[in-house]
Amino acid sequence: MRNLNYPGYAAVQSHGLIWAYRWLIARRLSQLGILAAFLLGPWFGIWFVKGNLNSSITLDVLPLTDPYLFLQSLLASFSMTTDMIIGAVIVTVFYMVVGGRVYCSWVCPINIVTDAASWIRTRLNIKGVGTGLSRANRYWLLLLTLVLAVATGTIAWEHVNPVSVVNREIVFGLSSMWLVLLAIFIFDLIISKSGWCGRLCPVGAFYSIVGKLSVLRVDAVNRDKCDDCMDCFAVCPEPQVIKPALKGKQSGHGSMIMSGNCTNCGRCLDVCNKEVFGFSNRFGNNAKQSSTMEIRS
Amino acid sequence: MLTTAKALGGTALLGAGLTLYSRQAASLPPTAIRPPGALPEKAFLANCVRCGLCVRDCPYDTLKLAEFASDVATGTPYFTARDTPCEMCEDIPCVNACPSGALDKALTDIDESRMGLAVIVDQETCLNYLGLRCDVCYRVCPLINKAISLDLQHNRRTQKHALFIPVVHSDSCTGCGKCEKSCVLDEAAIKVMPLSLAKGELGKHYRLGWKEKQRAGESLVSPDAPHEFNLPEGYRYDYPDKGLIKENKLQQQPFSSNPLDTLNRRESEAQR
Repeated sequence: MRNLNYPGYAAVQSHGLIWAYRWLIARRLSQLGILAAFLLGPWFGIWFVKGNLNSSITLDVLPLTDPYLFLQSLLASFSMTTDMIIGAVIVTVFYMVVGGRVYCSWVCPINIVTDAASWIRTRLNIKGVGTGLSRANRYWLLLLTLVLAVATGTIAWEHVNPVSVVNREIVFGLSSMWLVLLAIFIFDLIISKSGWCGRLCPVGAFYSIVGKLSVLRVDAVNRDKCDDCMDCFAVCPEPQVIKPALKGKQSGHGSMIMSGNCTNCGRCLDVCNKEVFGFSNRFGNNAKQSSTMEIRS
Repeated sequence: MLTTAKALGGTALLGAGLTLYSRQAASLPPTAIRPPGALPEKAFLANCVRCGLCVRDCPYDTLKLAEFASDVATGTPYFTARDTPCEMCEDIPCVNACPSGALDKALTDIDESRMGLAVIVDQETCLNYLGLRCDVCYRVCPLINKAISLDLQHNRRTQKHALFIPVVHSDSCTGCGKCEKSCVLDEAAIKVMPLSLAKGELGKHYRLGWKEKQRAGESLVSPDAPHEFNLPEGYRYDYPDKGLIKENKLQQQPFSSNPLDTLNRRESEAQR
């Protein structure tokens, strides 16, 4: 009899703790590593990368700019510098390869907080008050921020954007971000499941669109082995994206998760006892199973 | 349908809130000074990407990034002159670091920057106005005698000393804030203010007659009519130059030391 104490329990039992958290560990290392890279300068005087996630310069040569911010600035000012264009193109191309919302799950510091809220929610079985917030809301918010950029002639969203506030204040040693983090944590914990990242955040919405056609995909390559334990649905921040791939064989749906909302976080790979999921590239979706391969950490 | 309506309503509400907040957030407090080369505030808020690269490259840690929900727009760079003024680096590293153009690369000579304008905000406490020789703001000014000069005036309180009045010249002052930083008072009597606050502006139709005259080489209105002075005989008055002129050909004094002479003069003149 399977112990259904918590999602992923079966994977821990059969493959061990490290294995069942391998992608999660990798993601945390990535998120913290990026913060650490930014903090090397101010803390130890090693200026590997300067700036923050909005715009940065690595080793004094590589400019990187958040394409979402780039777009807002363009709409607000109708002017742009070459540095910004180069930086935004590099970042956009990168996320079009690895998946737009890789930004959310592998880079964004707020993800750690919302993951924590989600984890506690599951363990304590908090149902929350629920707000009826649709997952489509974030696109409205995205549209709103772009409209406001034009209407106010300033990057209005940057006054409050929690994603850049938290990253910037960590990197520059400021402390008002705790308010923001606390608000998001409580919102996600008590009010709405995946409320911030999955329903409101326009940054995630933007990267969903960038990742619509991205190359790297999660593939339910062994979907025949699925034993309906539902663990992947339980841990997934965007569970609606799994169903077509995992359960869509009869309806002729490929085994690959093609939604731009998938964050490529790899939690489904972690918790699946049967190793149903693997990373693959989008071009293998309609090909035979043998052409897809799992990229191991 | 209902969901869409709800989403739209919520979004509109949020938009209204965000617009109001952004308007309030864009009202820069006068003590917060933008880095050199900063575009006008509204354009600055459209271009600045809040990356903090200017702050990182400021060698004197003058520039700060605004904290979330503080009174300066979130994440934008500024400095407070009274805490740490701008040291006016010749290579302007902050402007060079800016990727977005919010700090204008066209600024290549730091002396041309206009971060603000120093203003003697309190003549009642400024030591130089009180007749003392403080002069600190004048001495620390990186553009001494250009941006701040001392104007010699008579001290009417003591009747025998001088006042050295510090005068700021907007054609040279960069707004670096070294004067405000070094003002010896508990609360600075000289402060750097945004140009919009610190500068008056003449009506567009105003012409200063003496400047127009200088430019044209002559008066543009009808030539100055010679002024007629009602002076005693033998005296002339030259207004712009010499003042009261006593003509040498007048041999005798206009008035005798004997008052009776004056009283009898009209009679004697009549007789003559």
